[in-house]
Amino acid sequence: MLRTENGFLRRLFLSLLRMPLLLACVGLLCLPVSSPGQLEEAKKQPPPEFSSGYTPPLPSTPLPRAELFAYLDALILLSALSLAAYIVLTKRSRSALRVLTLFSLLYFGFYRQGCVCAVGAIQNVSLALFQNDYALPFVVGVFFLLPLVFALFFGRVFCSSVCPLGTIQEMVLLRPKRVPLPLDHALSLLPYLYLGAGVLFAATGTAFIICQYDPFIVFYRLGGNPGVVAFGAALLLLGTFVGRPYCRYLCPYGVLLRWMAPFARWKVKITPAECIQCHLCADSCPYGAIKLPTPPEQTEDRLTGRRRLANLLLLLPILVFGMAWAGYLSSPALSRMNRTIVLAERVWKEERGLVTGNTEASQAFYHRGGSPESLYREASRIRRRFDTGAALFGGWCGLVIGMKLIFLSLRRTQRDYEADPASCLSCARCYSSCPVEQERLGKFNHSGIRIELEPRQR
Amino acid sequence: MPQEEKKSRRDFLAEGVRTGSLILASGVLGALAIRAESGTMVWQIDPDRCISCGRCATECVLTPSAVKCVHAYALCGYCKLCFGLLRDKRTGNTTAAENNRCPTDAIRRTFIEDPYYEMYIDETLCIGCAKCVKGCNAFGNGSMYLQIRHDRCVNCNQCAIANACPSEAISRVPASRPYRMKKTIHR
Repeated sequence: MLRTENGFLRRLFLSLLRMPLLLACVGLLCLPVSSPGQLEEAKKQPPPEFSSGYTPPLPSTPLPRAELFAYLDALILLSALSLAAYIVLTKRSRSALRVLTLFSLLYFGFYRQGCVCAVGAIQNVSLALFQNDYALPFVVGVFFLLPLVFALFFGRVFCSSVCPLGTIQEMVLLRPKRVPLPLDHALSLLPYLYLGAGVLFAATGTAFIICQYDPFIVFYRLGGNPGVVAFGAALLLLGTFVGRPYCRYLCPYGVLLRWMAPFARWKVKITPAECIQCHLCADSCPYGAIKLPTPPEQTEDRLTGRRRLANLLLLLPILVFGMAWAGYLSSPALSRMNRTIVLAERVWKEERGLVTGNTEASQAFYHRGGSPESLYREASRIRRRFDTGAALFGGWCGLVIGMKLIFLSLRRTQRDYEADPASCLSCARCYSSCPVEQERLGKFNHSGIRIELEPRQR
Repeated sequence: MPQEEKKSRRDFLAEGVRTGSLILASGVLGALAIRAESGTMVWQIDPDRCISCGRCATECVLTPSAVKCVHAYALCGYCKLCFGLLRDKRTGNTTAAENNRCPTDAIRRTFIEDPYYEMYIDETLCIGCAKCVKGCNAFGNGSMYLQIRHDRCVNCNQCAIANACPSEAISRVPASRPYRMKKTIHR
């Protein structure tokens, strides 16, 4: 009896011992089912079996504009550039150029809504150069290179009547006023700085600031950021009496064209014969691009000039390295334009309890199960890029200012009124103001007045 | 004569610069043309990253936005009460304005068979506010989600919504595969 009891107790004891094991096994079996994901999945409705055999349709996927049209755009750009070069350099006709300007405004501006344009393509090129995961689309490459190649042969014909940003300003110019020369020189530094900033932010994958603050695209799209709309409206208003303020004092692509245009094979030549020094062309140019003849007598002795140049050449490296250092110091501030950096800083603070609550971005980050460590790694990679980039950007700013000072101090000699190929926008206004050109066209013959066009006393 | 000689040297230099640049430019374009992935890129939303914050409705350069709600019918549970359609705090199970999640009444339904109705989006009314996406994700299968509709999108060089998106859900995709459709039931 005792034995049996003993046996029973032993069995009971053993089974009690096994109990936790059994429970653990059951628990293990249940575990996947009770994990949060599975619980939620259980809430979902499985798609039903329809008794009528109905199969749900696929959602529609309307396709983007066919690739073919992008190539067509490139072709239209090529023909517009060729036509502009022909009109400016061979036909020398402002009215024909006006028609082309209107066409470009309507096609590249209002129809294509200003995208993609050569100006913005700078950023695609620098993104493709510095980030491996972005491949430059062929058509964007064409839009970037074609105007530059044309500038190498025909000067800035792209600006004259093809660029969607230029044409809209060309249309609003009513009463051009001359910008005071010192102000003009100071403001003409801005495009270089804008180019540097645009490349910096694109190359670090932060933003396309040239597109973001494109002041005229909002008119082509009939809407956009209110701040940019106000900026664009102000520029257009200013553009009624200052010729093309964006092109001259902001456009980053203009910098590249400026480098190409002096090498042009065929340039804008104001007078078809001898210049009679009448100054009318310089008055007609709304962009201050016509260089005046230099006075024959020297205003200062050679030694002063040389000493100044030597000083400026010494100043150049100081400026470059000083600005590069300043750029390097401003790298943390500049890098906060990047969303990954901002998110990483926020997550870092949240992890350490320095701030309470989540931002929308950090909430989204946790929601998608991102790991803070890999985020920090990515952020420090971007920060390193910014350190180099900001130093280079600073050095670039110093170089630009130094070179501007050097070029201002250099003496040049010039006999006649000539269009400066770097800043001439090929608008063809000077042709019709030149009396020699008018005579060539035979415009003076109808009036019955005989005019002797003799060179004025120099 | 020295004047002329100097000029010709300058011309020679310019000629060299022109020829060099032309060769460089054609080389770059040739390399671009050969690369397989150098086709046009378009913008698209990754539905797995989207947190339905509602910025797609307000940040797009187009009004109304090019972002619309897409209904993946194959994922839809054909729920008796569609939470993409109806608000969770409502006075009754009707599509009266105070019960309707969609501010523009863009969600419509067709009868399939008892008791199933199929929800579809009227894209001319949809503004991409993602209110229905939020509801469908919270209570349903998540078969309603936002996509950039390429018949409307003007394909800006830099998408304005991508700039404002807090979850970095918008990125460039090749134009040959312009949508990021959900394949399975998520969340």
